[in-house]
Amino acid sequence: MSLYLLCFLLFCIGLYGVLRKRNIVKIIVGLGIMEYAMNLFFVLLGYRTHGRSPIEASNQQILNMVDPVPQALVLTSIVIGLAVTALFISIAIRIYEKYGTFDITKIKKLKG
Amino acid sequence: MIFAAIVAIEVNDLLSSVVAVGAVGFALCVAFLILKAPDLAITQLVVEILCLIILIRATIKRDLPLVIEGRWVFNTFVTIIFIVVFLFLSYFVFKELPAFGQPIMRVANLYLNEGVLKTGSVNLVTSVILDFRAYDTLGEATVLFASIIGLMAVLRSPGRKGKGKV
Amino acid sequence: MVNNKAGMTLIVKTITRLTVGLIMLFGIYIVFHGHLSPGGGFAGGVIVALSFVHLMLVFGKDFAMAKISRNLASNLESVGALMFLFVALLGFLGGSFFHNVIAKGKPFDLFSSGTIILSNISIGLKVGVGLFAIFLALVVLEMAKKE
Repeated sequence: MSLYLLCFLLFCIGLYGVLRKRNIVKIIVGLGIMEYAMNLFFVLLGYRTHGRSPIEASNQQILNMVDPVPQALVLTSIVIGLAVTALFISIAIRIYEKYGTFDITKIKKLKG
Repeated sequence: MIFAAIVAIEVNDLLSSVVAVGAVGFALCVAFLILKAPDLAITQLVVEILCLIILIRATIKRDLPLVIEGRWVFNTFVTIIFIVVFLFLSYFVFKELPAFGQPIMRVANLYLNEGVLKTGSVNLVTSVILDFRAYDTLGEATVLFASIIGLMAVLRSPGRKGKGKV
Repeated sequence: MVNNKAGMTLIVKTITRLTVGLIMLFGIYIVFHGHLSPGGGFAGGVIVALSFVHLMLVFGKDFAMAKISRNLASNLESVGALMFLFVALLGFLGGSFFHNVIAKGKPFDLFSSGTIILSNISIGLKVGVGLFAIFLALVVLEMAKKE
């Protein structure tokens, strides 16, 4: 149970970073940490005590395997996370070119 | 891992922050290995390397003026309220969660027992991804494609004729 | 090498010339053995992309562009996506979407699990070339700004 709690704490750190920080790169970093926490939570849900990894061996029957479904979902989610991070970074670079800063409050001032 | 996350959020220098995020990612890779998910560990490792390269390329050579943390009381207040509400709701979730180590495996038992016979694939994660739940993977491919096209559209420098693509 | 000015020092270039083929070979191995060992299309595709990124970081932009241009990257990614869809449509022969029509074969063989290996190859192609296209777009942007 304490592992779940630590996972929630990691998510909270990411949430704090997204909401509190002014720098765009810090916000992207916070989003990445939230994504890691979500992936970890899914895999924690599927773990079974003294489990084996879900790959059959050639000569004996293995019982007591870990749940493969959350692992499959997380596997796609990791790659999507990379693509989405790259998209964020490109938008941030564009903003930096246009305004010359990563600070979101200054961008607001320049616009209005 | 949590310490590295706190460092990643709180440190002032952007490059150190990115490196700290890399530390979180590699710790996550080790955690996946302990939790008996070798597929995820491999994927997380290589994705983390590529992500670090992209992030460092984006942040290097950008001399950042030190962000002055002014009095931003309202924002901090809202943040703390959000986190408290989240923790409060997660308290109810904790009661419903299955205990650690004994997951509910109603669907997964079917996959585990019949996976090899039905698909012929030894690696059960692959068989779940590409056979039982291939719709998910199709949707994932679509998302990846849309993301790449969006990135190219954002990065294309406008108003340049004759030279073809950027 | 071809362009001695671009890229890093001689030591890095020599080591890279030795290792980059091995990295790419490892990625292709992971893609092909996705149904037997840990790995699969996603991880293998990212490793292939990493080998190209490695090449570009060391030898500079032009050398990597000579190997695989950006148009070719975009086209190959589309080919990967369409190939995955084609594998899905192939299932209609057996009655439904994503039905596994090819013979299963014996487990623990390389060519054993029907359409899964085809799907793995297409996913690996798509992910690898797509991520390389992302990196290429970022680098080209930096170059264009310096001019």
